[in-house]
Amino acid sequence: MKSAELIRVENLRAGYTGPVTGPVSFTVEEGHIIGLGGPNGSGKSTLLRAITGAARVFSGDIKKAPHTLITHHWQRPELPPELALLGRELFSLLGADPDKSSERIDSLLNMPLNRMSGGQFQFLQTAACLAGPANLVLLDEPTNNLDANAIGELSRLLDNHDSHRSVIVVSHEKPFLEKHCERIIELS
Amino acid sequence: MKEFILFDPLFRVPFITGLCLAAVLSLIGGFLKMRDEWLSALGISQVSAAGAVAGVALGVPSVLTAVGAAVAAAFIKDINPKSGNSHYAMMIIFGWSAAIMLAANTHHGEVAGETFLRGQLYFIHEGHLVGAIILIIFTLAIIKWLSRRLLIERFFPDYFSANNIPSFSHRIIFAVLVVFSVVLGTVSIGAFPSFAMFFVPPWVGFVIVEGWKKSLAVSVLIGCTAYLISFVTAVLADQPFGPLLMLVLFLFSMIRPLFYLVKNVWKT
Repeated sequence: MKSAELIRVENLRAGYTGPVTGPVSFTVEEGHIIGLGGPNGSGKSTLLRAITGAARVFSGDIKKAPHTLITHHWQRPELPPELALLGRELFSLLGADPDKSSERIDSLLNMPLNRMSGGQFQFLQTAACLAGPANLVLLDEPTNNLDANAIGELSRLLDNHDSHRSVIVVSHEKPFLEKHCERIIELS
Repeated sequence: MKEFILFDPLFRVPFITGLCLAAVLSLIGGFLKMRDEWLSALGISQVSAAGAVAGVALGVPSVLTAVGAAVAAAFIKDINPKSGNSHYAMMIIFGWSAAIMLAANTHHGEVAGETFLRGQLYFIHEGHLVGAIILIIFTLAIIKWLSRRLLIERFFPDYFSANNIPSFSHRIIFAVLVVFSVVLGTVSIGAFPSFAMFFVPPWVGFVIVEGWKKSLAVSVLIGCTAYLISFVTAVLADQPFGPLLMLVLFLFSMIRPLFYLVKNVWKT
């Protein structure tokens, strides 16, 4: 791996009981935002899960730089119906700094999860990943469930990102990927 | 005079043991609820009760057989964690039927079956107390570390594997805590009263306050208060402790709909 590379994926085929994605190769350098596009079932989420070890690698390789710290925002995160955990407490789990996040977060920090909408919870989780110490953030369909204002805030968070932090974004919304990503990898 | 019965040395061991268990069970119940595994407490406690009855029938210490059965149940659960509540339902069906069948076909088993399913706090001894004290000290010593890890796993399920951080340590420790809480609860206050203590306090506590730590603290407060009311009432009114505890916890559960009612009225 080159020194600026955080992760190198080589000829990867990954899945669960059998391969559902790949072969695919790419690298992610420090500070870069990479988009993953492609139709439903092309294995975008599976590729992220292969990087985190939640999906099985059938062939190929994933190399991570030793100092890589990863957080992964899952697609459609389940909102626990009766958990009184505050937004602030969720942030602190990842060591995330609310001051590094958006103003929209302020109203969610002292709100328990059981009073949040699905969109608010999704935005909170995404913001926590981006405001934490991780230098590789994986975002799986982060614009799902978000209204236009929240998507705007998410865009601002991505644009203001730390120069050492890299992001891999999976999205169906090609304009969103084109606006924020240095490169877009299309899975077929 | 009845009021002095509470200060009788005979009741000290059961009282302190039950109080320790009330605190630990209602606290662990909060974590089971957070993980959506609240039914596991009843499933494992039923299997544990069956193990305890089998121990009595075989002439082996019942705590050992109860622990063995509970560990086996927890192990089977972990083989396929995605099956969730269906595994626990099968444990309840098996555990209850096995306990009753074993009890019905052995001489001492009948008494033991009644004891472990319904609960007989007054007949426990110092060994239970030592176990309960060790359990509460261990729980308090690791709860902060364990809580953070279990919450991360709940909200960011692949955080540990993504960063090559071993997750087996917190998983095993939590499983051990659950198993020993269930076993001590089952052999001390009974399978069903233990389940009620795991389930009701967080079921109420999680909706009436905001914040993770506060909701756990309120759950423990509810559990201990319900226990104190039950213990004193059972002794003074000569009532069976286990069923009374379940009834008192049921009455505490009424706080939940009352809370929603007051909240809605306040809004309008």
